[in-house]
Amino acid sequence: MTTRVNISINARRYEYEVEDRTLLVHFIREQARLTGTHIGCDSSNCGACTVLLDGQAVKSCTLLAVQADGQNVSTVEGLTGSFNGLSPIQEGFRQEHGLQCGYCTPGMLMACTALLAENAQPSESEIRHALEGNICRCTGYEMIVRSVQWAAAKQVQQ
Amino acid sequence: MIPAPFTYLRVGSVQEALDALAEYGDDAKLLAGGHSLIPLMKYRLATPKVLIDISGIAELSGVTFEGDSLVIGAATRHAIVEHSPVVKEHCRLLAYTASLVGDPQVRNRGTIGGSVAHGDSASDLPVSLLAMDAQFTAQGRNGTRTIAAADFFVGFWQTALTPNEVLINIKVPLAKQRWSYQKFTIRSQDWATVSSAVYGNAVALGAMADIPIRARDVESALLQGADISQAALLADHNTSPSSDTRASSDYRRHLARVLTEDGLREALARN
Repeated sequence: MTTRVNISINARRYEYEVEDRTLLVHFIREQARLTGTHIGCDSSNCGACTVLLDGQAVKSCTLLAVQADGQNVSTVEGLTGSFNGLSPIQEGFRQEHGLQCGYCTPGMLMACTALLAENAQPSESEIRHALEGNICRCTGYEMIVRSVQWAAAKQVQQ
Repeated sequence: MIPAPFTYLRVGSVQEALDALAEYGDDAKLLAGGHSLIPLMKYRLATPKVLIDISGIAELSGVTFEGDSLVIGAATRHAIVEHSPVVKEHCRLLAYTASLVGDPQVRNRGTIGGSVAHGDSASDLPVSLLAMDAQFTAQGRNGTRTIAAADFFVGFWQTALTPNEVLINIKVPLAKQRWSYQKFTIRSQDWATVSSAVYGNAVALGAMADIPIRARDVESALLQGADISQAALLADHNTSPSSDTRASSDYRRHLARVLTEDGLREALARN
């Protein structure tokens, strides 16, 4: 069975007829052609596919596109939208070397964006708790935590 | 991994959900947060022909009072339970347990009713709800019935819900009791390798049998005046933990004793 699904991604509407079993991550990557969102473990463990659904961090490999019908999705491609260049969290990852291979980075950035929207000055333990759903195999997380702290400090300055 | 083909139905009321269940029978599964069901469908361990999405049913979401109980709608998401000021004030154990389910992304989608209806002994909420003697309300075509937590979990991934029933809400007592929830995991986001919930004089264990169970020997030892370290040594009595990639059966027995002792001490410190 197929359903006509209309999802706003980064404030642009994408309307496609898709199979009901289409996962949101496949809608984003294959219908909307936004391939910044990665598929890592494909089993809701690693968080590489994290996007914001109506502002909340979710794992898009564990949602059906039909479940997101009529809702707003934000992906990594939308992060720079309201900034000249990189958003504070993206700049933080650059300044503090929050990535090596980069595979987990889109999901990390979206989970960090959700965290900072909810809690502008998170403690180190709050950062680590908020990133429990995102796995990085390169950095040991130390630099990612510092990247979030960099972005939080930057937001205070602005 | 992509689920086998199915038809997706979104329903707006419990009655519509019951009608759809009656129409499609064993071919249908209810979908709320989908964080147990969709992974099973991706692994093709579940291949329902029809998915009935109940997440938009307003009457199934939210937290209310009824007599001396707190009533949590079955489709209330973990993040709501975790952060609800009402739940935090009146049932700390429930709010705290919800805060340890999966990870933030999982808690933004998963629901309390979905977690208990899935009936996994290594899930967090069933263990605490069993310790609290929670009551589960199920609605079928002939009305509603209440199922006690002790009768709700019947076997591996099996509950007392019939295929034609919808879980409506979960009722927990408002009584303020000393509490603790101890969870051991390999990775922070995991299901419990073993967990132990303390609520008043009740102790419940997760992942120590096919279903969450009460540590009755610990409870009676405490009632008879045993000290905490002696009573906790009985935590693995009448359990049947499995050996798997996370832990051996013997290690789970060890964890049950240690976590129960830690939990009893933490609960006492809160008294």
